[in-house]
Amino acid sequence: MNSDTLVSVQNLSRFYGDFCAVKNISFEVKRGQILGFLGPNGAGKTTTMQVITGTLAPTMGQISVAGYDILDDPLKAKAAIGYLPEQPPLYKEMLVEEYLRFCAKLHRIPRSDISNAIQHAMEQCGLQEVNRRLIGNLSKGYQQRVGIAQAIIHTPSVVILDEPTIGLDPIQIRDIRHLIRQLGEEHSVILSSHILQEVQAVCNHVQIINEGELIFNDSIDGLLSQMQSTHLQIALHRPPEIQQLKQIQGVEMVEVRENNRFYIQHTATESPAEALVEKSVEGNWGIYELIPEHRSLEQVFMTLMGADEVPPDSLLEKGENVTLEKGEGTLENGVNLKKMNGIKVNSIVEGA
Amino acid sequence: MWMIATRELRSLFLSPLAWSILGAVQIILGWFFLWSLYYFVQPDLQAQLASNPNAPGLTAFVVGLQFDTMSTILLLILPLLTMRLISEERRNKTLPLLLSAPVSMTSIILGKFLGMMGFFLILLAMLMLMPLSLLFGGTLDFGQIASSLIGLILFIGALVALGLYISTLTAHPSVAAISTFSVFLLLWMFELAGNAGQQNSVLNYLAITKHYQPLIKGLFSTADVVYYVLFIALFLILSIKRLDAERF
Repeated sequence: MNSDTLVSVQNLSRFYGDFCAVKNISFEVKRGQILGFLGPNGAGKTTTMQVITGTLAPTMGQISVAGYDILDDPLKAKAAIGYLPEQPPLYKEMLVEEYLRFCAKLHRIPRSDISNAIQHAMEQCGLQEVNRRLIGNLSKGYQQRVGIAQAIIHTPSVVILDEPTIGLDPIQIRDIRHLIRQLGEEHSVILSSHILQEVQAVCNHVQIINEGELIFNDSIDGLLSQMQSTHLQIALHRPPEIQQLKQIQGVEMVEVRENNRFYIQHTATESPAEALVEKSVEGNWGIYELIPEHRSLEQVFMTLMGADEVPPDSLLEKGENVTLEKGEGTLENGVNLKKMNGIKVNSIVEGA
Repeated sequence: MWMIATRELRSLFLSPLAWSILGAVQIILGWFFLWSLYYFVQPDLQAQLASNPNAPGLTAFVVGLQFDTMSTILLLILPLLTMRLISEERRNKTLPLLLSAPVSMTSIILGKFLGMMGFFLILLAMLMLMPLSLLFGGTLDFGQIASSLIGLILFIGALVALGLYISTLTAHPSVAAISTFSVFLLLWMFELAGNAGQQNSVLNYLAITKHYQPLIKGLFSTADVVYYVLFIALFLILSIKRLDAERF
């Protein structure tokens, strides 16, 4: 473990009775990383975070924070952590400033530095206007900010935020994301979320956890490359014969869509985008749209979690008759068949 | 530890509960005080006392009665205050703040205990003004008052420690209050049961109020003090263990 590794988790498992919430997870968080912890509800994100912060003991495995083992040296390890649980731990009867003063003392900030620390934390979280108000009277967004202020007041090297933007309005979410990005410059941040866009927006490192197992651990670029797809959409004012499109280097298949749009599948190694534009100019096709299609994060998520990827055109309409591998049936509504347990569409018989 | 204690004390005074308890106890005991004083200065009682060489004096009569009443009233109101110590933190999900901070379980429990004791010391200080007002018209046996005061503080400490432990067991303050009250009542009943049987029975020894009586009379015995100290230590250790076990 080098000195830049702030959190190291090795072979962590956590059982609740017989139920295994976290299965043999190992990872490291380095200085300056904003790690996004992604997974559906009940995947074990919160449990993992609780174990790192020492509020829950691991059943198996080793955790060290800033070089201190959380079980052998809990006070030193905890001093390096700022933690915002899912529900901000606020004393509703206290004033914002009073509460932050208590947190500062709790984290053993020297008496002479407390006022500065409070001021700094309030500035960072935009709490100056509400410092003399009761926490219980603040809006959810402000309460969340007080919770974050509490987690960063002692300038810990690791900040752990459990679903920091849950229940906030879009403007508050934007503010808090901005704040998290700022925190990432000075501290290491671990945040959990079940919203993929959020992780994409603020994190530089992603971990996906499902049913207690770590199924993806890479940088955000790694996740983006997982999202690369082999499809292009092109729109032309004066489309040529479809044959001409198919002859372009790298094109594997062309599908005609409405309004002179074409959906092009190409080989993984070679994108025909450049050639398409050249040909279009040459042949005066009047190109006005060229969109490389990304797989959505949701699709990547589903793939990693073992579910099949859902192509957008597999949606069926109400009343359509389908033949299924396991029996036959008529769909009630536009149901996404692939999402239903393992049922695959064999053929669609229209009007049958 | 101290910051947890001060926070506990401050937040107590932010709620109307603490103020109303202070007020109610003051009124009830004020009335009792007045009544016993009035009774004491009645000519026929004075005549009786004068004829008895072992008669209780002003301190033993008025102040002794005052301390005795205090312990009974505290037995009734104490669960209302100790119920929220840990269970409310758990209910409001504020416990992770303390658990993830660089403070040990021992400091958390001791902080809570001392904060609550702080409140009762304030209450006691206010109540002590009543006996002290007797100095305007007479003399007091300060030795007996000191012994009574030590006894009452130890008695309160034992009850707070027990209440604190019960509060660590649940997430509902009201459940904690009712259970604490029942256990207090049980410990009190031991005294009655003990009185009915032999003087040295086990029940008699366990009765929480029993060890307090000699101290009120000015009889400072190590056995009684040790009883309370052990009682406090036992329930504080149990509370720490209970909170620690929550992580597993």
